[in-house]
Amino acid sequence: MFFWSLVLIAVGIFSSFIYGRSRIKLNSKKQGTKSKSLPNYYAQYVLMWCLFPALIVYFSWAIFQEQIIQNIVISNFEFIEGAVYNEGLLLAEIRNVANNPSFADGKSIEIINAASHYSSLRQISQISFYTSIIIIMLLGALYASQKLKPEFHAQHTIEKYIQYILIFCSSVAIFTTIGIVFSLIFESLRFFAEVSIFEFLFSTEWYPFIPIREGQTAAEGSFGAVPIFAGTFLVMVVAMCVAVPLGLLTAIYLAEYASQRVRKIVKPLLEILAGIPTIVYGFFAFVSVAPFVKAFGQSIGIDASPTSALAAGMVMGVMIIPFISSLSDDVINSVPQSLREASLGIGANKAETIKKVILPAALPGIVGAFLLAISRAIGETMIVVVAAGTAPNLTGNPFENVTTVTVQIVVALIGDQEFDNPRTLSAFALGLVLFVITLLLNIIALQIVKRYRERYE
Amino acid sequence: MSNSKILANGVDVYYGSKQALFGISMDIKEKEVTALIGPSGCGKSTFLRCINRMNDLIEICKVSGSIKVDNEEIISEKTDVVSLRSKIGMVFQKPNPFPKSIFDNVAYGPTIHGLVDSKNELEEIVHSSLKKAGLFDEVKDRLNEPGTSLSGGQQQRLCIARAIAVNPEIILMDEPCSALDPIATAIIEELIDELRLNYTIIIVTHSMQQAARVSQKTCFFHLGELIETGETNKIFTNPDNTKTQDYITGRFG
Ligand SMILES: Nc1ncnc2c1ncn2[C@@H]1O[C@H](COP(=O)(O)OP(=O)(O)OP(=O)(O)O)[C@@H](O)[C@H]1O
Ligand SMILES: [Mg+2]
Repeated sequence: MFFWSLVLIAVGIFSSFIYGRSRIKLNSKKQGTKSKSLPNYYAQYVLMWCLFPALIVYFSWAIFQEQIIQNIVISNFEFIEGAVYNEGLLLAEIRNVANNPSFADGKSIEIINAASHYSSLRQISQISFYTSIIIIMLLGALYASQKLKPEFHAQHTIEKYIQYILIFCSSVAIFTTIGIVFSLIFESLRFFAEVSIFEFLFSTEWYPFIPIREGQTAAEGSFGAVPIFAGTFLVMVVAMCVAVPLGLLTAIYLAEYASQRVRKIVKPLLEILAGIPTIVYGFFAFVSVAPFVKAFGQSIGIDASPTSALAAGMVMGVMIIPFISSLSDDVINSVPQSLREASLGIGANKAETIKKVILPAALPGIVGAFLLAISRAIGETMIVVVAAGTAPNLTGNPFENVTTVTVQIVVALIGDQEFDNPRTLSAFALGLVLFVITLLLNIIALQIVKRYRERYE
Repeated sequence: MSNSKILANGVDVYYGSKQALFGISMDIKEKEVTALIGPSGCGKSTFLRCINRMNDLIEICKVSGSIKVDNEEIISEKTDVVSLRSKIGMVFQKPNPFPKSIFDNVAYGPTIHGLVDSKNELEEIVHSSLKKAGLFDEVKDRLNEPGTSLSGGQQQRLCIARAIAVNPEIILMDEPCSALDPIATAIIEELIDELRLNYTIIIVTHSMQQAARVSQKTCFFHLGELIETGETNKIFTNPDNTKTQDYITGRFG
């Protein structure tokens, strides 16, 4: 149904454009004056009036039609007294029968009646949908065509409309973000209604196993997220230990030593590294690095588990190298050339210049790059899901299994999708913590980088 | 001719395929101020930057020919650029103090060259350099404040102090007063006159008056060629070349 309505709208767009164009030409010829804007703007004007009201109708139908029809069917359903109905199941049954009459066999008469009621409602809805689309398009075009006078500034009006459209588009992203934040907050509040916030933030036991259905036996759940935060922190520290030296030295090489030609090759290569899907890093961590870490641990007498903070952290470190190197490279490059010349002009060599002049001058920006990399590391999911394990261990030993905030969110959401128990709701609370921390890190980092830029602009 | 400090012979400079200097030959005497003048883009800075090999920083820049400092060839693979540069200080058009304290700005050179053994010695060098640059009295109470907090003229004198702290023999100045007001300019010109007693100075300037005031020798560049060189008095009163004449009387450039 919605495919054909798109065709209908396309036809409307096309013909309204043609109509607008020829109509304004005709009108200005009749009046003997030149129109204030080019004919195409009048055509676009008609087109917009034809298109946008129709789109509004289209989307409201798409959103509300099914709901309204279902409500009508249910409210007219001949309930048999005494019987217990599950509304969701009932509706599914009615829809099945309506869509596929062969399912009608053996169904009760009420269901069959309701199904035919449902089908006829859909038919009515469809017919009225097409009629209203056509009418709306015609009305829009009619309204617009009244304005098609040569003295009407079509171009100004169009520009105003385009501005509205742009505002609408950018507000979609903003409202989505706001919506996500609010849903995080409200679902977290539901979680904290059942689990105290102090237990969540300060207690060290994470056993989110609670009886989900009646009759199931399990211990009382406990939701102390400290081991999860500790695991996240441990993996992040390992990652930064890998990424900071490698990334920073890469940046220094690129900015100060590499020739233009090398730079032109290496920089895009590093950016490719940033484009590898993180699940691919995850494979790499699990298949190559984790066994290596285990073997290495055994060789020095530490009992390493097959998945470990070290394996995940090392690979995550490799993943964030491009962030650090690319941002630091920009920062180092924006240290003014005059400082290099000043230092070299006194007879300092390159290493001294970098160590004593360039890095101190670039330090704030580099710290900003580190903070952005940290926030990236904390939010990373796939690598840790695959390579760090899921056991909430409170440990400082990187050879052990740990778990991170992101992993626990995944675990909480897998399997049971009913958001009515603390186990699944804990995902939102963890998500909220993650969101707040990364938000703070990003704000601080951007502030530092910005201040630093201003100083040298 | 015995006291020639810098001797350039047939210096060509290319930026990529574009030639910027054509066979420059020049003889610069010890403890004199030599002014390089000429219209914008004629290659004054380029020549100046050949003398301390600053052009090495520009990847596309190729220098050929010969420049001898104290009879030692410096346009060569074998030249020790670091010790060359510690012998030749440079002051740039825009004051470029490090984002460090006033003290650390001046102490930078002596520290990296290991010229001092103790804190007291370092302090002594810093103070005497600041005094030589005529800045000490203005900043002696705030040596720990950042060098970038000084005024433009003070920053430029700080840069001069930084340059002379490593005890160079030659100081190159590329339009050192172009970012300064007349008063700060006068202070620096006075300073150059004093420094002449101990240093060989080469200064690029766009101001005829400045060249006339501070220099003993003047070299006129035009389109990458050295047109005329001689006593400053002579160049400004009775030049041999008509192009020089036209330039100093303000007919072009
Ligand atoms: N980094 C560079 N890359 C390419 N060409 C350059 C570079 N620096 C200078 N040039 C060219 O070399 C020529 C001489 O430049 P130079 O800077 O030496 O002139 P100048 O006499 O100092 O001018 P000004 O008085 O404006 O400072 C100019 O034509 C300029 O375009
Ligand atoms: Mg110049």
